Amino acid sequence: MGSIFNAQQIVNGLQLGSIYALIALGYTMVYGIVRLINFAHGDFFMVGAYAAYGAFFLFNAFLGGSGLPMAAVTLIVAMAAGSVVAALTNRFAYKPLRNKPKLSSLITAIGVSMLIEYLFSALPFIGASFRAFPVLIEQKLYKIGTATISNYVVIDLLVAATLMIGLTFLVRKTALGRAMRAVSQDKDAAKLMGIDVERVIGWTFLIGGAFAGAAGLLAGMTYPRIFPYMGILPGLKAFIAAVLGGIGNIPGAMLGAYIMGLAETFASAFNSLLGEGIAFAILILVLLVRPRGLLGEKSADKI
Amino acid sequence: MNSLKTPRLLFAAAGLYVVILVMNLTGLLNDYFLHIINQSLIYVTLTVSLNLINGLTGQFSLGHMGFAAVGAYVSGTITTLLFNVKPTLVNYPIFVLALVIGGLAAALVGVLIGFPSLRLKGDYLAIVTLGFGEIIRTILNNISVVGGPRGLLGIPKFSNFHVVFVVAFVTLVVVRNLAQSSHGRAFLAIRENELAAELVGLNTTRYKVMAFAIGAFFAGVAGGLLGHLLQMAHPTQFGFLGSVLVLIMLYAGGVGSLTGSVIAAFALTFLTETLRMVLDSLSDMTNLPLGDWRMVLYALLLILIMLFRTEGLMGTREAKIVVLKEDQL
Amino acid sequence: MKRAFLILAATLVAFGLAGCGGQDVIKIGGVAPYTGEAATFGVSSKQGMELAIEEWNAAGGLLGKQIKLVFADDKGDPAEGATVYTKLIKQDEVVAIVGTVMSKVTLAGAPIAQNAGVPMISPTSTNTKVTEVGDYIFRACFIDPFQGTVGAKFAFEDLGARTAAAIFDVGNDYTKGLSEAFAAKFTELGGSMVAFEAHPTGATDFKAQLTKIVQANPDVLYVSDYYNDVALIAKQVRELGFTGPMVGGDGWDSPELTAIGGDAVENGFFTNHYSKDDTRPEVREFVAKFNAKFGAEPDALATLAYDGMYLMLSAIKNAGSTDGVAIKNSMKALRLPVVSGTVQFDENRNPVKSAVIIEIKGGKQVYRTTVNP
Repeated sequence: MGSIFNAQQIVNGLQLGSIYALIALGYTMVYGIVRLINFAHGDFFMVGAYAAYGAFFLFNAFLGGSGLPMAAVTLIVAMAAGSVVAALTNRFAYKPLRNKPKLSSLITAIGVSMLIEYLFSALPFIGASFRAFPVLIEQKLYKIGTATISNYVVIDLLVAATLMIGLTFLVRKTALGRAMRAVSQDKDAAKLMGIDVERVIGWTFLIGGAFAGAAGLLAGMTYPRIFPYMGILPGLKAFIAAVLGGIGNIPGAMLGAYIMGLAETFASAFNSLLGEGIAFAILILVLLVRPRGLLGEKSADKI
Repeated sequence: MNSLKTPRLLFAAAGLYVVILVMNLTGLLNDYFLHIINQSLIYVTLTVSLNLINGLTGQFSLGHMGFAAVGAYVSGTITTLLFNVKPTLVNYPIFVLALVIGGLAAALVGVLIGFPSLRLKGDYLAIVTLGFGEIIRTILNNISVVGGPRGLLGIPKFSNFHVVFVVAFVTLVVVRNLAQSSHGRAFLAIRENELAAELVGLNTTRYKVMAFAIGAFFAGVAGGLLGHLLQMAHPTQFGFLGSVLVLIMLYAGGVGSLTGSVIAAFALTFLTETLRMVLDSLSDMTNLPLGDWRMVLYALLLILIMLFRTEGLMGTREAKIVVLKEDQL
Repeated sequence: MKRAFLILAATLVAFGLAGCGGQDVIKIGGVAPYTGEAATFGVSSKQGMELAIEEWNAAGGLLGKQIKLVFADDKGDPAEGATVYTKLIKQDEVVAIVGTVMSKVTLAGAPIAQNAGVPMISPTSTNTKVTEVGDYIFRACFIDPFQGTVGAKFAFEDLGARTAAAIFDVGNDYTKGLSEAFAAKFTELGGSMVAFEAHPTGATDFKAQLTKIVQANPDVLYVSDYYNDVALIAKQVRELGFTGPMVGGDGWDSPELTAIGGDAVENGFFTNHYSKDDTRPEVREFVAKFNAKFGAEPDALATLAYDGMYLMLSAIKNAGSTDGVAIKNSMKALRLPVVSGTVQFDENRNPVKSAVIIEIKGGKQVYRTTVNP
């Protein structure tokens, strides 16, 4: 039993956690402000992966070459695609329901998620089949003691950490961040203070969508196989990570994601048949001990 | 409770039952149509029972199909592995007993899941219920007696239109009577403001666990019916996406409206099949692969329903025949 | 209320419309998952069915009539499967069904076909229980134990492996069945299984399990998944330092395997129904036609769906009628060379055919050897 906690498994857990973190960060931002389980977030992620895929081939066909400029262009396209889809979703599916019961938007969120998946699956030039994601950056392997680590893992980790720091800075130090915090605490009071609530929410979706798109590209690079339904499971995991960390709490989402990555890895190493179940049992226990998530703040119930 | 009003719903249901049966016997509705009706009725049972937990009591549950899985596997084990009975008339008591035991087992799990709801709220509770559903699926995948990932096979085909109809009706009446009694106001009070409900002296613990137990019982029975209709049960049928479908039906119908749950269960089940029919006919005529777009249209219609009927098809309203005492609502 | 009636009326009209159709065609039902997470398998299967029907229609049809494929999407869900089987039989009144892909869905549909006396052949449902449902139910693929057994013999005898590890999808009976059969045979031959690991359905990261496998240091790794998972597993296990051979089943047979897996799937071997280098005319023509029509190499699912349709149409032709009993009996008497080998059904309506071992070499599928049952 002791053998499951070795260096390689820790690296594995961190890698899985990094992918979850990438998706969960964008997720928790939107989640913190509109308090909506955005089922479609996993699909923004998928759109990002496909956009990067398309950009790669277009870039290759017209300009050729690879390396850093290529990686930069695909990253920008993936982020832009995630942003556009997120903004459109917000505008047409969520905004009309802003002041309606929260759960109505939940159903439109599920509807949007299904729409994007089935649309990609039905479009003749995309289709339901798996596609091999191109190699944007050559993979390199490093040996650290007994563990092997790939440069993809390092990139995923660094990007996740940078995004977290950037987001935290944005939320804590900028005017937009202040407005975001105000909206997340009390929409009506924020409006009275002269904040354009819809504009703030719009920006939140743009940024959150861009993060999802970037995550799609990195996941495509790390696990080079994309298909229209690839966002369902990661979307679900991001939702869990965000809740586990405390709703709307950015470092919490990151922490939640890494805990999930490590829990899944060790549970699978301990007993791979029951691995998934054990990982969920750990999550339930954590939530029973910390009912508002790991870093969630305790708020008083209002009567 | 005012039992004088009950027969109205009974008469309406009996009327519908006879009409469908006669139409089927005379060949106006073929067995395909009847099969869709059976499925719709099982979804009525699932949606109405989720309405008790989610709509009336406001406990956000994302693992409703987990209860159905328990019911399907327990009842299927009894009829298939324990008794190994043929679906003949004399064996129906065994089937009914198996359904009830399956429901009770699900209720037991419901109580277990109800307890975290004492500590957790909203989306935090949703994660726990989702996790429970996934744990049940993992366990089923690993019990080789019930087939593991091969599924529980060879379940006798006890379910038919009659049984499925009666169960859906009983579920509707039980939940309706609960909802429109003093218990019902306790459930609503918890949904609207739990702290306030506690302060006025409601035993919120008891009501929350009760909602989970009763809701899970009927979901378990529905699972048993599904198993005995399809003649099999498989772990993947009861995963997260299945629970989400029931949730869609609940909200598309309108939270808290039992009428809405019934209508949405029928409407959405029929929608997928109607789209299949219409698109197949159209692609025959035009020679375009329109069938591929069926689920795209389904998703689009779902979004449109929610945009134009923001509180679901019925909102919180009930059809008159579903209301127990009209003067009190 | 008025609106409710309108909707009801529209529904009834829709159902009525779909029932109409000319009598000058023979309708064959086709079922596969066309949406949902298994959609990629359904897309291939439908292509195989379409190609077979197109060929037959071009050659004059069947019993003097044109053939029409009535295709239905089962979404990879048993409940949806039961619905579409009922639809095809009761509403469209098809004479036979080719379908469906996943065993769990086929098992929900088979009792319906059996009760209605409509012959059906599943292209790819490997679960032994499928044909046990009744005498109208056939299949075109191997059953679970066969490929695992062949794989184990190959690993032990040809590759000289003495220790082995296996990885499979915990929620998929096909991959679990293959791995279990492999482990049983490999142990029986005198080898030892040093690791036997499962992964969740839909996983993309297999490193926790693969790390355990690599640390157990097996001579050979048995991967019974479909190509999409095999490719990722291969990449990750190579990353972790495993250089030994990998063996798998017909789920590997797709051009996407090497497209996604690249170098990582080299030194990989899998059991299959046929080799694409085979010079038999059935194989050459099929691969060429498929390439011409769809612009890609056929995978195992497309091949078996094509064969399933071909076998069913041949049985109807031999029977000289569209009567269920006649087709069923004609099917039982069939002995026909198709793409996946010369097929003849045993008393359990499973095909008796040999398996070939394919090696992945330089990104290509290379024929290695033939194994008879």
